[in-house]
Amino acid sequence: MSNAISVRGLTKSYRNGKGVSIAAVKGIDLDVASGEIFALLGPNGAGKTSTIEILEGYRKRDSGELSVLGEDPASTNLPAWRNRVGIVLQSTKDAADLSVVEILSHFAKYYSRARDVEEVIAAVGLEEKRNSRGEHLSGGQRRRLDVALGIIGNPELLFLDEPTTGFDPEARRSFWDLIRSLRRSGTTILMSTHYLDEAEALADRVAIMNHGVIADCATPENLGGRNREKVIIRWREHGVVHQQLSDSPTAFLRSLASRIEGEIPELTVTRPTLEDIYLQMIGGQE
Amino acid sequence: MSKQPGTIAIGIARGILEIKQFMRQRESVVFTLLFPILLLLIFGAVFKDEIAPGVTFSQYFVAGMIASGLVNTGFQQLAITIPMERDDGTLKRLRGTPAPTASYFIGKVILVFVSMLIQVGLLLAFGVALYGISLPATPEKWFTFFWVMILGITSSTILGIAFSVVPKSGRGASAVVSPIVIILQFFSGVFFVFTQLPAWMQNFAALFPLKWLTQGMRSVFLPDSFASQEVAKSWEHGRTALILTAWLIAGFFLAIKTFRWEKS
Repeated sequence: MSNAISVRGLTKSYRNGKGVSIAAVKGIDLDVASGEIFALLGPNGAGKTSTIEILEGYRKRDSGELSVLGEDPASTNLPAWRNRVGIVLQSTKDAADLSVVEILSHFAKYYSRARDVEEVIAAVGLEEKRNSRGEHLSGGQRRRLDVALGIIGNPELLFLDEPTTGFDPEARRSFWDLIRSLRRSGTTILMSTHYLDEAEALADRVAIMNHGVIADCATPENLGGRNREKVIIRWREHGVVHQQLSDSPTAFLRSLASRIEGEIPELTVTRPTLEDIYLQMIGGQE
Repeated sequence: MSKQPGTIAIGIARGILEIKQFMRQRESVVFTLLFPILLLLIFGAVFKDEIAPGVTFSQYFVAGMIASGLVNTGFQQLAITIPMERDDGTLKRLRGTPAPTASYFIGKVILVFVSMLIQVGLLLAFGVALYGISLPATPEKWFTFFWVMILGITSSTILGIAFSVVPKSGRGASAVVSPIVIILQFFSGVFFVFTQLPAWMQNFAALFPLKWLTQGMRSVFLPDSFASQEVAKSWEHGRTALILTAWLIAGFFLAIKTFRWEKS
């Protein structure tokens, strides 16, 4: 499998109001394999949006090598390249006076192999709202329309910038199903998110970005050495709750099981959550 | 893979969409289409005097309002709606699609042209029906009408695109753009007879396109004898064409150089 995205030594700085140059992206390397869901995590101001917007062809980089679907967005024929890419930006409020079906039918005209409009409306679950205007959609429905617009051109690569901000938990779950179904159809997805559970539920691999550099990049299970962290074991014995940190939880449990008759009361075995690791990494960078 | 849709085809699709959106926005329909008619009715009812033998103020005013229509539907409309589209993400979303930049502007030109035809058509219809304006009687007058209209709407459109970088936000755009248009209307011989204005106002107005557009439209809709009542004692067609073309070229390069897709 080739890489959908390959980045080497990417840098970008901006001038602030006083004309002082501020480095937003300080030389990052990144590979996203074709067909995977890759999540970019990090606090506000970490350089995520700068990085994504350079990959999307919205901004020019200062230096570094870049290949997105085999081309450099800064020098390629943009319309032909954009025909293969879908972009879901952060919160939008355009097209308020057009209905869902009108705006999708219109955007379908931009692409050479657009998907069927009704099929896309069904895929994002907006069948009942197909004739509603943009201004009459709820936040979650609006975001679904954004995603529908992102996938109408049948993209090989989809960028999702904080797709579920402002969703209720149920809407997020069904949104995740939508993203998974896109992956099953072979779409590569690069997403940024604030929600760690979202990254964990969806992403094949996660990169944590902070202060313009990538602090770590791994599967959600292995991020930050999470798989090697001590495991926390809790149980109740003689009426008292005990807690033990262990490098070898299986051996510990065996000895515990041989000590206690039958079920071990209130037993839990947990590894640090992605959030614990994330906060540790973000904090460690300060 | 099938072929990518063409720039013109997408541009036409955008034009149709823009017109649909235009018709759905109550403000745009009211201000662009009905407001000029309302002004025409009010001014026509108040000022009934003749300003020269055989020429009423209403006739003078209709010519000025048709010229203003070119500025309203091109400059004013675009300088207000483009900042709004920059704010609400329309422009950024479009940039992320394969639709070429040129298609966006083709769509705008179609919108401006259609709304201009409706507004000028309505003003003409009311002018003829109520105020004794006569349609151009000779091929020469029609020719003048069309070149003033085409040059006027083109420069007005380009200048609207160029000016769209000035308003800081979509919400404030109307407050920046509308006063400019209204002041130019006062100074350029729309609401008052141009020759009755103070000289400094006349000189100031002569720097901008609207004065030349009103004069060009008067040359179409008023009797030729009225030319002697103008400041230069002539319709000055050559100078009108020259000044409008200069604005058009300057606006074109300014628009290309400064156009912004995103809020800064």
